[in-house]
Amino acid sequence: MKPEVFDIEDADIAWCPGCGNFSILSNLKIVLAELEIDPLELVLVSGIGQAGKFPHFLKSHTYNSLHGRALSPATAIKAVNKNLKVIVTTGDGDMYGEGGNHFMHTIRRNPNITCIVHDNMVYGLTKGQASPTTLQGMKTSYQTEGVSEEPFNPLAVAIALDASFVARTFSGDPEHMKKTFKSAINHKGYSLVDVFQPCVTFNKINTYQWFKENTYHLEDSHDPFNKNEAFKRATEKDKYPLGIFYKNNDKKTFEETLKVYTDNELPLYKRQVDMPKLVDLIESRRRL
Amino acid sequence: MFQEDVSIVICGEAGQGIQTVESILIQAVKFGGYHVCSSKEYMSRVRGGENSTEIRVSSKRICAYVNRIDILIAISKGAIDHLKERISNKTIIIGDEETLKHVENENIIKIPFLKIARDIGGPIYANVIAAGAISKILNIDKEIFDECLTSMFARKGKKILNGDLKAGDEGYKVGENILKSDKIKVQIVKDTKIKDELLLDGTEVVGMGCIAGGCRFLACYPMTPSSALQVFIAKYSEEFNIIFEQSEDEISAINMGIGAFYAGARALIATSGSGFALMEEGVGLARINETPIVIYLGQRPGPAVGLPTRTSQEDLDLALYGHGETPKIIFAPGKLEDAFYLSQKAFNIADKYQIPVFILSDQYFADIYYNIPSINLENVKIENHIIKTDENYKRYELTADGISSRGIPGFGDGVVVVDPHEHDEKGHITEDQNLRTKMVEKRLKKLEGIKKDSIPPELIGFSDYNILIIGWGSTYGVIKEALDNLNREDVAFLYFKQVYPLHDSTKKYLDKADKTIIFENNAESQFANLIKLQTDFKIDKNILKYNGRPFSVEEITKSLKNFMEVG
Repeated sequence: MKPEVFDIEDADIAWCPGCGNFSILSNLKIVLAELEIDPLELVLVSGIGQAGKFPHFLKSHTYNSLHGRALSPATAIKAVNKNLKVIVTTGDGDMYGEGGNHFMHTIRRNPNITCIVHDNMVYGLTKGQASPTTLQGMKTSYQTEGVSEEPFNPLAVAIALDASFVARTFSGDPEHMKKTFKSAINHKGYSLVDVFQPCVTFNKINTYQWFKENTYHLEDSHDPFNKNEAFKRATEKDKYPLGIFYKNNDKKTFEETLKVYTDNELPLYKRQVDMPKLVDLIESRRRL
Repeated sequence: MFQEDVSIVICGEAGQGIQTVESILIQAVKFGGYHVCSSKEYMSRVRGGENSTEIRVSSKRICAYVNRIDILIAISKGAIDHLKERISNKTIIIGDEETLKHVENENIIKIPFLKIARDIGGPIYANVIAAGAISKILNIDKEIFDECLTSMFARKGKKILNGDLKAGDEGYKVGENILKSDKIKVQIVKDTKIKDELLLDGTEVVGMGCIAGGCRFLACYPMTPSSALQVFIAKYSEEFNIIFEQSEDEISAINMGIGAFYAGARALIATSGSGFALMEEGVGLARINETPIVIYLGQRPGPAVGLPTRTSQEDLDLALYGHGETPKIIFAPGKLEDAFYLSQKAFNIADKYQIPVFILSDQYFADIYYNIPSINLENVKIENHIIKTDENYKRYELTADGISSRGIPGFGDGVVVVDPHEHDEKGHITEDQNLRTKMVEKRLKKLEGIKKDSIPPELIGFSDYNILIIGWGSTYGVIKEALDNLNREDVAFLYFKQVYPLHDSTKKYLDKADKTIIFENNAESQFANLIKLQTDFKIDKNILKYNGRPFSVEEITKSLKNFMEVG
């Protein structure tokens, strides 16, 4: 399958020239094509923000949701039709700020979906305010004296909650990004990929150069099934590791816990109301 | 002597087993051949406080709360004080001699319930003894009462069941002694046909309607009084192919529901006041991305936490208004048959017009039980509104009636793109001003069809009326009974089960009346305001109650008499 299958003719791309999103878009198309995922079986779910617009530039079923809410519809879409491949594209403010509660509880729920967080450590669409992952000290139009809070560490939180797949990659490292996306999409269960990306307009600190100098690949010897080690690596701040930090293959997916699939694989839209059973239920109220 | 109707109230602390007594007695009454109606009021606490349940036993069909208490079973010390405003000098109070040791009242019949219970095996049996006594007083066959006990307690094991059956025996002896004392006599005509009728409450009948409507998904967060529906759906989810999920918050619940409906599973949302307030953002999403959703809104007094376990009709405005301009539909069932029919219809109509449809209920209606002959399933059918997409599919195609065919992902050859921004016909973001205008008009255009499909108000009573009573939703039962009691040829009752949009016949009904009066469980007369806005008709008199309690038949009757005399 060719990546062009996912192209949308005359898509009016709203990102700034040089934005890290372009590389995420083109490389995700390549990965989807390599994995032979039919656009008609793929649902992209997004929130609001520059990353939230992503599905409008990649041909597939699209559920552009509200700010912070993408994981809830994504969970439900996968739950009612397991045959669909569901990928969430979202940003650091969308997922870790507005959607923080859903982030935590979706990890607990473990639906078989992939969540790609475009993490540029700043709010882009609303023009440069701090996001939950903005580093301490960065001055913005809101944080005029510099950000005072410790940044949110999504990987450490996800590992603490025993997310079934936790990875980080960098939009300036296409080979690493493709490999990571592929593993995440192939993983059974909730997979989180936090993607470092520069915001060329509003983040003058965390530039391409900065990310190159401040990241490195986790060693091949890193054991992603060792939770304590994964947590330790996720808290490193001198330089930020990239790679698959943590995996748990033993968790049941949300869909596997649903009784509607116990002895019936059909998506829910194909099912009929069992009227005789409903009549029995109503009639049972005539009896004790 | 009670010949037509007796009102029995059981009152005690939370955790003292009032609900068990209610469950046994309503069944015993129905199988005994009487019409039955029970309603309850309870505090927002798990132990202590004072809760009460009213069980009416009647020779006529009833579905309303009365203020009057004929027989009070006082299980707790505080029961009499709790109900003092409803107790009259005719109320007969039956209670335990130890619990009511210090209570003096000439109408009290003190029974050693606790002592007898301890002899059987523990104070836990006291309630069943009291229920047995009432059953005897109501002249219900002992075999029927025993069957009710067996059905309730068999699953708890032989020992407990035997204890309860023994308690029932003792209760019947107590009842016999009370009858011998001539303090109470009940001679209500029985009708054996009632035994075979349905006994349902306002929650489960909504649940059954939702199942009939093809509900496949419920995500929810617990909140009284909507939790009961959530429990019902959870209980039957496996049997009826429904995904039930307790979400982390209401925001997630509605977003899951809309996602589920998008992917082809009819979804229900069940919540109350401030829980729904959290969902309003999601309702806006459903309105612009044109995904159907059914919202059960169990009203309680607000704002914010308000009175968590009490009743109100305060959230009509909340359901009606919101961010942006697109149509919606609001149902408000006031009788069990309507609750079934409207809940079922809600799914079809939401799917047809791709809009939010509300089922407004409240604590009073959610908790009321009564017997009805049957539920008509003949007209129940699932209307399929999902199409198989083709390659050129456009989710928001501009059409004459405003309805764009709804495809779902995974069915057909087109991609289904939905969007919360203003969008083009394919579902992609646009800021084109002409397209914006067209899309707003397209969504509002649906209102024409919705109005044609709307359900007319139901006129009850004489069609040649001068005085018209207006009510909506849960006040149906009390107004209907008050109207029957008045028995006047110049009065009728216009009952609205769809409160938005109003059916075109509304104005005609209102204009025909010389005088109009409305009853609402709120302080601002929200429905009267809506009628004024929609029809320019101003209702003469607004009787409003907003203390968290339902109207009683007596209150309605008194207000009506006063209105007819004084205006």
